[in-house]
This record gives sequence, C-alpha cells and structure tokens, in this order.
Amino acid sequence: MATCQAGSHMTYFLFRRTVGFIATLIAVSIVVFSVMNILPGDPALTILGMDATDDALAALREDLGLNDPVMARYFGWVGGALVGDLGVSHSFRVPVAELISERLPMTVSLAVAGMIVTLMIALSVGIFAAANHGKPGDWLTMFLSQLGIAVPAFWLSILLVLLFAVNLRWLPPGGFPGWSDPVAAMRSLILPTVALALVQSAVLARVTRSSALEVMRQDFTRTARASGLSQRRILWRHVLPNALVPIVTIVGMQFAALVTGTIVIENVFYLPGLGRLIFQSIANRDLPTVQALVMLFAVIVVTANFVVDLLYVLIDPRLKART
Amino acid sequence: MRPLPANFIIGAALVAVVIGVAAVSLIWTPHDPADLDIRGKFGDPSAINWLGTDQLGRDVVSQLMAAARTSMAVALGAVMLGGSVGVGLGLLASAIGGWVEDSVMRLADLGFAFPALLFAIMLAAVFGPSLTNAVLAIAFINIPVFARVARAAANQIWTREYVLAARAAGMSKLAITRDHILPNIAAAVIVQATIEFAVAILAEAALSYLGLGAQPPASSWGRMLSEAQTLMYLAPELAVYPGLCIVIAVLGFGLLGDGLRDITDPRLARAR
Repeated sequence: MATCQAGSHMTYFLFRRTVGFIATLIAVSIVVFSVMNILPGDPALTILGMDATDDALAALREDLGLNDPVMARYFGWVGGALVGDLGVSHSFRVPVAELISERLPMTVSLAVAGMIVTLMIALSVGIFAAANHGKPGDWLTMFLSQLGIAVPAFWLSILLVLLFAVNLRWLPPGGFPGWSDPVAAMRSLILPTVALALVQSAVLARVTRSSALEVMRQDFTRTARASGLSQRRILWRHVLPNALVPIVTIVGMQFAALVTGTIVIENVFYLPGLGRLIFQSIANRDLPTVQALVMLFAVIVVTANFVVDLLYVLIDPRLKART
Repeated sequence: MRPLPANFIIGAALVAVVIGVAAVSLIWTPHDPADLDIRGKFGDPSAINWLGTDQLGRDVVSQLMAAARTSMAVALGAVMLGGSVGVGLGLLASAIGGWVEDSVMRLADLGFAFPALLFAIMLAAVFGPSLTNAVLAIAFINIPVFARVARAAANQIWTREYVLAARAAGMSKLAITRDHILPNIAAAVIVQATIEFAVAILAEAALSYLGLGAQPPASSWGRMLSEAQTLMYLAPELAVYPGLCIVIAVLGFGLLGDGLRDITDPRLARAR
C-alpha cells in the first residue's frame, strides 16, 4: 500500500517537474527571442550599422525573414531549432548549427573536466575539513575557500599563466593546437581546467564540510565509530553518501556558474569553443549566432536544474516516500 | 551584549577602505588616471608614481582608485535597481498571494535560467557593450534573488499577531506592507544586499574584463586586467594589483554580509 502510494506520488512529482521544465524552456525562448528581435527595433540596422545602404538593409531584412510577422518568426525559429536548424551565421556564412558542432567538443571537454576536478577537490577538502573540525587544518581550508570565493576566475587564470607559463614555462599560456596532437591538446587544457575548478570548488568545499559535519553528529555515525570501523571508511562510506543531498543542490546551481565560467575561461586562454564564438559573434554583430548560443547556454542551465531535481529522488530515499 | 563576530569586523574594515578610496577618488587622485605619458611608460614604483605606470605611462594608483569608484557605482546601481524591483515583487507576491504569488515566483525561477553574463551578452549584441548595459544585466539577475528573500521573510511576518490585529482593525494590505512588513524584513534584505554587492563587484569586473562593461577611458579593475594580460611578459605586476583590489572588495562585502547575518540571525550563527 505504502509503496503503491509512493509510486504514484513519484509519478506525479516527475510529471509536474517535466511540465515545469518544458514551460521554463518555452519562457526562456520567448525572453531570448524578444530581447534579440524586438528590443533592437531593426535587427538589420543593428547588424549592418548606420551607414548601410537601403538596398543592403532591405536584402538583409528579407534574408533574416524580418518582413514576416513576429509570431511567425518566433515559431519559425523555435521550430527550426527543434530539428537542429539554428539559422545561418551572418558573419561566417555557414549554418549556425555547423559552427556550434565544430566548437562544442571544446566547451564540453572543458566543462566536464572542470566539474570532475571541482568534485575531486571540493569533496576531499570538505571531508578533510569536517574530519579535522576545529583544528588548524579546518581553519586553513576554510580560509582558503573564503578567499577562493572572492577570487575572479579570470584573475586566477592570469596568475596561473604568470606562474606556470611565463615564469616556469611548463605549460602554454593559451591557444589550442587541435586534437590531432592529444598530448599538446591536454597540456593546453590543464591551466583552464584548474582555473575553472579551483574557483568552483571553493563554494562546494564549504557546503561539503557543513553537510558532512551535520551527518557526523548523527547516531549512526557514532554507532559506526563504536563498532570499530576505520575513520577513513566511516567518512567515505557513511558520511559522504548521506551528506550528498545539499551537495547535489549546490552542484546543480554551480553548473550554471560553470557554464558561464567556460565562456570566460575560453576567452582568457583563447580556446576555440562556444564561449569564444559568442564573443566573436558579438564583435561581428552576428545576431542569429548570438541568439542561438545564448539560447543553447540557457537550455543547458535549465536542463541542469531539471536533472538535479530528478537526482534528488534517486539520492534521497526520504524524498522518494514523501514526494 | 555579545561581541561582534570577527567576519563582521574584518569585512567592515575592508569595505570602509574600498568605499573610502572610491570616495576620495571623486575629489583627488595622485594624478589624472587618464593622463598619458608615453615616455614614462612601464615606470617603476617611485615617490611620484607609487605603484609605477602602465604601458601608456598612466599612473597605476590613480587608475586603481578611479576603478574603485566605477566598481562601487556599478554595484550600487545594480543592487539598488535589482533590489527595489525584486523586493517590490516579493512584497506584492506575499501580500496578495494566490495566482499572483505563483506567477511572481515562476518568473523568479525563470530569472535563474539567465546568468548575468548571458544577459549582458544579449544586451551587448543588441545595443553594443557599455557600462549601463552591465548595470542592467547585473540588476536583472538580482531581481529574482531579492524577490525570493523578500517574499520568504514577508510571509513570516504576515502570520504575526500584530499584523493579524492590524488586518482585523481594517488596515489595508498596502498600509500593512508599508508600516509593518517592510520595516521587519529590512534586516534580511540588507544582509542579502551586502552579499549581492560582492557578487555585483565580481560580475562588473568579469564583464569589463570581457569588454562588455566599462569602455575606455573609464577605469575598471576588470579592464585593467584585460590590458595587463597582453603585457604579461613585459610587466607582470600590472596583472596583479587590479586583481588584489577585486579580491579585497569582494572579500570585504562577503564577510560583512556573513557577519551581518550572524548578528541579525543568531540562530544561524550557532548552527554553524
């Protein structure tokens, strides 16, 4: 009886979250479309500038479909995006989808590597601080994480470049040699990944610490300790899994920061990813490309939050019953 | 009275320094921050130029001071704008409830889908990059944050007995909001504003670094860093000072916000 009820509750929960997710995506697309198409007045003028001839403006308007009614343009854009047609880049003269697929691997590698390193640093440091609660090790790590929150990722990147590229000459200061030379490619991604991860892990380490401290105060941890399990085993097998719910929440929220972080980091290190493409497109006044990229990043952020909501159910057995 | 928490004292001291420097720069800087002197470029620190000069011979200290002003002005503008709209929406949601509250909160959720950088990118693509657009973008992401804080705090106050009494006495929701709700959520809003100030300083620095914020000749720590980055082999120290300033300012407001929260909400402080 109880399981059956929990099951239907869960279905309802998943259904509600899915509807909310789709509604948010629709709302996001309306915001992006409005800002990019309605606010500027005449996008053709924005793209070509004040000294464009009337003929050129008229041709571009026709090209961009600006003569169609707004609603038709919106649905045309969304409908195209759903089947992978994101329009044609005005400055590169190729389909935007092609530009994105060329650069996506760079951004995804950076984000995934950044997330993995973030988790490795934050979980170890957080658990270490919790295990040494009130001791110098705890103070030091908390001081460093407070500092880490205040350090902008792009400045940390510059400092890393100063140390490891300019002074020690161990790693390249920026640029990307391409995947054909995997070793060189990996070397050029080390500094960007570390810069991205260090800043991200500052927040996460604090959350891990306080969440772990909470769990360590509970009875089952004391029982585990009393039954003679090693400190290490207690921390990683009992404390960490139970401390995960708040950690996952923050990871989900941080994913947004991580995604925008890649935009910044790619520009610091001149990496040919989506973040760099966005800035090239701004400089070129390439509105269709900017619009597609902003939408893509927003979709990634919204999807990450949706996935976090779903993960709760998997991670926290209490939620399974309650929802 | 309990002693003031350490984070409050350190934060307040750092914030006083940053605001003090920004205020002084309004009437005095050692040199004109925009004054070029190509022959005196990359000057070493001296009695005249305390931290030396940059690639165009401009005085570094004067630029850092003027940049503090930019940073404070942007943060103040963005937090005030985003904060007043957000608090207004939060109060409205709390006072009316029902579908109004639901819609405001769903709109707030939507705001979280757009990090400041994405919004600034859209504005820059459409209107060209400028400090005003940076302020608008940072203000925009502040709206949902303040709306949530204000609504959550206001919802608590609405259940208090003196508010119920005021309602029973026939006071309008607007009057109650003005006389009872707003004064009682002020502490929570101020704490949040202090923390958002730190976030706004970081955001302005990042946007200016990326070329979406302060435009020449306006000084900005972020812009100084993007210029210094191209000169790292010639003058590495130029890439250090502006970053230190950002860290001091962000750390100051962050600690001050934490300290204020510990003072206004001792329950939380003890839980930590």
